[in-house]
Amino acid sequence: MLDDFLVRAMLASVGVALAAAPLGCFVIWRRMAYFGDATAHAAVLGVALSLAFSLPIFVGVLAMCLIMAITVSSLSGRGFAMDTLLGVMAHSSLAIGLVAVSFLSGVRIDLMSYLFGDILAVGKSDLLLIWGGAATVLFLIIWRWSGLLLSTLNADLALASGFKPKQEQMILTIALAIVVAVAIKVVGVLLIAAMLIVPAATARAFSQTPETMAIVAAGIGAFCGLAGLQSSYYFDTPTGPTIVCVCALLFVITTIVARAYRVLTTGEKV
Amino acid sequence: MLIECDNLSVHIGKKSILKDISFSISPKEIVTILGPNGSGKTTLFKTLIGAITPTSGILTKKYRLRIGYVPQRLHIDETLPMTVRRFMNLPSGHSKKTVADALAHAGVPELDKQQIIDLSGGQFQRVLLARALLGNPDLLLLDEATQGLDHRGSADFYRQIASVRKNLGCAILMISHELHVVMRQTDRVICLNGHICCQGEPEVVSDSPEYHALFGLDQESEAALYLHQGHHSHSHLKQVSNA
Repeated sequence: MLDDFLVRAMLASVGVALAAAPLGCFVIWRRMAYFGDATAHAAVLGVALSLAFSLPIFVGVLAMCLIMAITVSSLSGRGFAMDTLLGVMAHSSLAIGLVAVSFLSGVRIDLMSYLFGDILAVGKSDLLLIWGGAATVLFLIIWRWSGLLLSTLNADLALASGFKPKQEQMILTIALAIVVAVAIKVVGVLLIAAMLIVPAATARAFSQTPETMAIVAAGIGAFCGLAGLQSSYYFDTPTGPTIVCVCALLFVITTIVARAYRVLTTGEKV
Repeated sequence: MLIECDNLSVHIGKKSILKDISFSISPKEIVTILGPNGSGKTTLFKTLIGAITPTSGILTKKYRLRIGYVPQRLHIDETLPMTVRRFMNLPSGHSKKTVADALAHAGVPELDKQQIIDLSGGQFQRVLLARALLGNPDLLLLDEATQGLDHRGSADFYRQIASVRKNLGCAILMISHELHVVMRQTDRVICLNGHICCQGEPEVVSDSPEYHALFGLDQESEAALYLHQGHHSHSHLKQVSNA
């Protein structure tokens, strides 16, 4: 069964979606969207470093994403606004990464496949990596759920209840780096942020509690992964971008429907 | 002894916020911290819960001290769906009946299915208090908990605080700038203005020159008005004409 490239692609997209969507809920709640983007951009530099030092791509990307995330966390609140800092770091690391790749003579790499993913080329070892990473992220989130949630709600409430918000923040940072590192093959560096944010944003309209939002987001993400894969097969379009297009379409439709429902039931103005 | 500060000083950047703070809180005691804006009241609270590390001095807490914290205001991002019931069960779960009882006791029954962001300021403040009490705290920290409540609402709130101590037996440390309202409920008052100006029983503090220097005439006349009211139950009109 795993010999079929389409089956492997399906499993890969579902694996990434299951980890990315619940994590994406925290990214939204904590207003870290740009933070996720910056971490993903740093991944290009990670790819360049892995190729230069003949390391597995996963290792280089994970290391670079962690360095990026920890640098941003520790620099913030020292005289720079967070968005300025992220803007500088994200685009500099993307540019440095692209320049560094061009220095690597003798190595032929398909840059497009790192920027936009190459899900149809996912091998069995990639699949193992993706599901291993996804399981780790889900484990971290479920294990620390109460602490993460309370720290997200209010750092002082968390402290008073005996949690350490800084430690919880670090766990999210690590989880984010893992998701970026495993998702690079599926949707690529530039579209990872979409897999984090769009399913979670879509799930918001249907959710009364944080738990339902995380579960619904995972479901929506997995559905979009499969539907996107089918569509790209049918329309012969690039797969990673097609998955994100399906996510976006679903977001627009549900937003309009939810809005219309509210207008009809409560008489709220459009 | 639940918590004890010994010569605590806090600097933020190069600025000294708190200097040589020494006080302690015993079980079942109600203590009010009184101070003008920028006097370091909230910084002191944040130091007590561990959000800020003191620059010098020693902070001692009872082993496994359970703190119930009611913040001044709490902004909840509208992207975060959260029902009152879910919030009450954070971080640890309670039975449906326990939660319902706690909400009823706080004067906000049948709110449990509502979204937190849809609550009014007063309702949310009561929910915050109810949640803090569910953790069965040794020490309850209230940071200007009546801000945004009207006169009646804050009077109700303080009556509830008094009954909390009676029923649960926890100590209460609260920040306020309305001595005239908290006077009857509090055992001890600490006047704070970067350092501790004076502390003691409310009647003693309200007569002290340090207190008058800190709050000027406004508070003085309000306090006098309150004391006056205390003796005459029909002084409602007077209060209105003075307000």
